[in-house]
Parts: sequence; C-alpha cells; structure tokens
Amino acid sequence: MTVPQPPTPPGLRVEDLAGNAARNRTEMVVRYALTGAAGMSVLISTAIIVVLLRDAVGFITTIRLGDLGDSIWNPRLGRFGVMSPILGTLWVTLVAVLVAGPIGLGAAVYLSEYASPRLRRIVKPVVEVLASIPSVVVGYFAIRFLAPEVVQRLFSGAPAKNLLVAGIAVGLLTIPLMTSVAEDALRAVPSSLREASYGLGAKKVTTVVRVVIPAAVSGLVAGLILSISRAIGETMVVFLAAGGVPTRPTSPLDGGTTITAAMAAVATGTDNVAGASNTFQSAFFLGLILFALTLSLNLVADRFVRRVRQKY
Amino acid sequence: MSGGASTTTAEPGPVPPVYRTEDLAVFYGSFKAVRDVNLEIRQNEITAFIGPSGCGKSTVLRCFNRMNDLIESARVEGRLTYHGVDLYDRAVNPVEVRRRIGMVFQKPNPFPKSIYENIAYGPRLAGLARKGPEMDEIVENSLRAAALWDEVKDRLKASAFGLSGGQQQRLCIARALAVGPEVLLMDEPCSALDPIATGRIEDLMQQIKQDYTIIIVTHNMQQAARVSDHCAFFTTEVSEESDTRTGVLVEFDATQQMFSNPSDERTENYVTGRFG
Ligand SMILES: Nc1ncnc2c1ncn2[C@@H]1O[C@H](COP(=O)(O)OP(=O)(O)O)[C@@H](O)[C@H]1O
Ligand SMILES: [Mg+2]
Repeated sequence: MTVPQPPTPPGLRVEDLAGNAARNRTEMVVRYALTGAAGMSVLISTAIIVVLLRDAVGFITTIRLGDLGDSIWNPRLGRFGVMSPILGTLWVTLVAVLVAGPIGLGAAVYLSEYASPRLRRIVKPVVEVLASIPSVVVGYFAIRFLAPEVVQRLFSGAPAKNLLVAGIAVGLLTIPLMTSVAEDALRAVPSSLREASYGLGAKKVTTVVRVVIPAAVSGLVAGLILSISRAIGETMVVFLAAGGVPTRPTSPLDGGTTITAAMAAVATGTDNVAGASNTFQSAFFLGLILFALTLSLNLVADRFVRRVRQKY
Repeated sequence: MSGGASTTTAEPGPVPPVYRTEDLAVFYGSFKAVRDVNLEIRQNEITAFIGPSGCGKSTVLRCFNRMNDLIESARVEGRLTYHGVDLYDRAVNPVEVRRRIGMVFQKPNPFPKSIYENIAYGPRLAGLARKGPEMDEIVENSLRAAALWDEVKDRLKASAFGLSGGQQQRLCIARALAVGPEVLLMDEPCSALDPIATGRIEDLMQQIKQDYTIIIVTHNMQQAARVSDHCAFFTTEVSEESDTRTGVLVEFDATQQMFSNPSDERTENYVTGRFG
C-alpha cells in the first residue's frame, strides 16, 4: 500500500476542530475592515445625494417655477433660464458623440479585426494616451487650435468660443472610452462565428459588417451610452471653450454654456458666491439634473453590458 | 465498393478524383504539423480522416478550402489539386474556393440571428437570391436537405440559439448546403453531440452523399467504419532532429479494407484499440 493513511486520532474532541484562534481573529479583523470600506463608500454616496437634494430643493422653494423658463441663465442676476445650459449640454454632447462614435468604433474595428497583434500592441497604448491628457489641456488645445484652425476656417464668422469647438474637444476626450468599450465588445464575439462566415465564402469586410458588428451590438450601444454620459459630465473643456454665453443657443456655432460649465461658473470669478443664497444653490439644482441624466444613462448602459454577458 | 487496392500512390480511377494531394505538408511557423499526405478524394464518397488528436487531421482538412489562410503562421508545401486545379496557385482566390467547398465545424456555430437568416446569409453573399419567395425556397430546400425542416418550419424567425445542439449542427449543415457547394468538409461534427443526435447526422450524411463529396474528421473509429467509403489514418511521429511531433498519413484505403486488413501495423493497433 503506497497511499499514505491519515492518522485516526483515538479520542477526537471539539477543540481539535476549532482551528487556530489567532488566525480566526485575523480573519475577523480583515472582514470588519472590508465591511467598513464598503460601508464608507455607501455612506459617502448617500451624503453627496443628501447635500445635493437639500440645496436643490432649497433653491426651488426660493423661486417661482416660471423663472426656469427665462431665456437667460445668469444666477447672479436672478435669471434662471435653465434651458440655456440644458440646450448647450445637448449640442456639445451631440457633437462629441458624432466625433467619438465613428472614430472610436472605427479604431475598435481596426484594433480587433484588422491590426496584427504586434501592431495592436503599439496602437492601443497610443489611443489610451489620449485618455491620460488632462481635460484642461484639451480645453486650451481647443481654444488655441480647434477654434481658429478648424472651426473658424470652416465657418467664417463663428465666434472664437462656441459649442461646436467645445463639442469636438469633448469628443476627442471621449474617443478612448468609446474605443476600449467597443473593442472589448468586438473581441468578445467568438472566433467560431468569423470562421462560419469565412467558411461560406464571405470576405473580411462582409464578415465584419454582417456578423461581427451585429453580434457585438449590445456592447457597442453600451459604449455609445457611456460615451454620452462621459460627454455630458465633462466640465473643464466646455468651461474654457464654449464661451460661457448665458443665452439659449440656436445652433452649435453659437457660444453657450452647459450644465457643468454653468455649475463651475457659480463658484468661480472675483465675485464668486458662497453660502445659502439661491444663486449658490442654483448650482445644486443643475447638479441634480446632471446627476439624474448620467445616472439613468449609466443604468441603461449597464443593461446592455449585461445582455452581452448573457449571450456567450 | 470493391476497389480494395491501396491508393496511397496516385492511381487513375474511372472518375477523376475531386482532390489529389502530392506530398502535402503544413507548417505553423517553423513547426511542421503534418507531412507526407498523399491521397485522393473521390466524388460522391465519404472519406474519413482518423487518428489520435494532434496528428494534423484538422490541419489537412482546413487546406481543402484554404481555411488555413486565416492563420497567419500557416504555410503549405507540396501540391493540392481540386479537379486538377492547384488550389494554392497564386491566381486562386480563397473566398471563391470557400463558396464551392462548404465546412461544418466541431462546435455548432450558428450566427446569433434567426434560423431563416442563418441559412440566407450564404446565398445572399453569393448573389443567389436576396429575399422573397426565391430565398424562401433556398431556405426550405436547405433545411429539408439537412433533415431539419419539419422541426423548425414553424419558427423560422426564432433565434438559432434556441435549438438543441444537434439541431444547431444540422442548421450549420443546412447553412453550408445553402450556397450549393460540391464538397462538404466536416471537422468532428458530432464531438459535441449525444449519440442520438450523432446518429441523425450520420443518417443525414448517407442521404446527401449522392449529391456531395464529403470529408469527415473523426476521432471515433466506429463512426469512421459506419459512414465512410475511404479512410485516411494519420498518426504522429517524433522527428529525430528537432524533437517535435509531426503528423503523418500512415495509410489511405477503402474503409472496409482498412478495418479488416490494414497494411500497416500502426493502423492495426489503432483500429483495434491497442493504440497508446
Ligand atoms: N493555429 C495553430 N498554430 C500553431 N499550431 C497549431 C495550430 N493549429 C494546430 N496546431 C498544431 O498542429 C498540430 C496538428 O493539429 P490539428 O490539425 O488540430 O490536429 P487534429 O485535428 O488531428 O487533432 C498540433 O500539434 C497542433 O498543436
Ligand atoms: Mg482537430
């Protein structure tokens, strides 16, 4: 018999199976520490929402609802036309998605379907560098280059700072996110589907367009929604490049402001306001709108991501 | 089938062969995966490739429709002709080859589309039909040919993922047949299926062989004995100079002959189950 036999203790007691007391204590401490960390993040999220809600509600009680229909958003002058920053956000987001969507999707298809593994190892980090450029730097790039060299050349007479410039710059910032989510979605498509398509005499383009992209569509939509959410939340670029104009924009070539930039503006400048005045509280009201927008988008994106996971 | 003579050397039959290989060898980079493949595939026959795993059966099979072109490191030496045409001639477009030579894979791989759209995909590519009654007819005929029509005719618009594994594999066969290929290459098409579904596929192969030439890779000797007319036995040999395992074609013969009276000892050991 070569198999070692476990020693059978003559009289087994409960203590023998109790384990090492010190090790059990370590186990407990680690457990409490981790629970504490998790609880802390719940607590912080709750605190943020409570503060946001308190001041937003405080703001609404100080104004008449009709004030929100004003054509101008200038809280320091008591003008609360909330449609100005909302429309500005919509324009900037639309432009950003039109920039980041196609470029990000194209880059993702290239990386996942066309690039050799070696080339991918080079190109992917380059795309990701874009994600690590601070947005304030991109904001100045927009003012210095995009506005005079691109937008004003294409549209003579456009103001130096406008929503289109800001939207393009936000789009540039969003490309890495779109690319990486879309690439993950495309790479999750099993190669057996590509083989099935090639086996039927399909060319590469056909396989990509008719099989791979449709199979990855939930993940691609998730990427698009996350990009929208990212674009809506971007602050610094629009603060610098959109112009901070308080009126309602009628086209993306107008100067304007966005929800985020308008919030930042309340707390900046030489006459910055603080405290319980409704000028200051108006930022919380905008913050609540912003939060509702991004939260619902992220929830929708999450459902799409989950659908991808179920499929394969 | 009475022609029991060994056809390892090219020997003109009454009907010219569909495929002929001459000293075919396949490399992945510098690794020689399989060598010395000399065989002929005859029209309207089922030819089985058998042998232990890793001996290059799939590799050889994937030469027959230039599927190996998708693997960057793969390289072919020797000669492989299809109706006398060198398949690896520079003027040959692999996309065109694959339209004429269908393939069924080890794991059923339907597209995440409806049953109907799975079948319609190939004919649409080939420009056989776009939609409407013409396409309906192709879909129905292909599903009938694959003995799946009665089971799915009421849910053609349903997702192919809702079918059982065996049904999915027959759908993949139907999808391959829909483009009207002459040859069907099947790489262990039953390895993911239960015995009942396997039996169905084997019956199906017997039914369609009047119209198609079939090559099937299988690691199941009983299956090879049941379905095939000719049989190619591969095994691996360790090469002395580089200490790598390379697949070789040991014997190629009529199946009956191969199983009752193999000429190579290695074949005998394998078919009688004394291998490894
Ligand atoms: N894509 C590939 N790249 C490198 N080596 C491969 C590749 N595919 C198969 N091989 C190798 O080639 C040999 C034959 O493989 P394969 O044709 O799949 O054998 P079989 O189908 O008989 O099991 C094996 O040693 C395998 O590891
Ligand atoms: Mg194989």
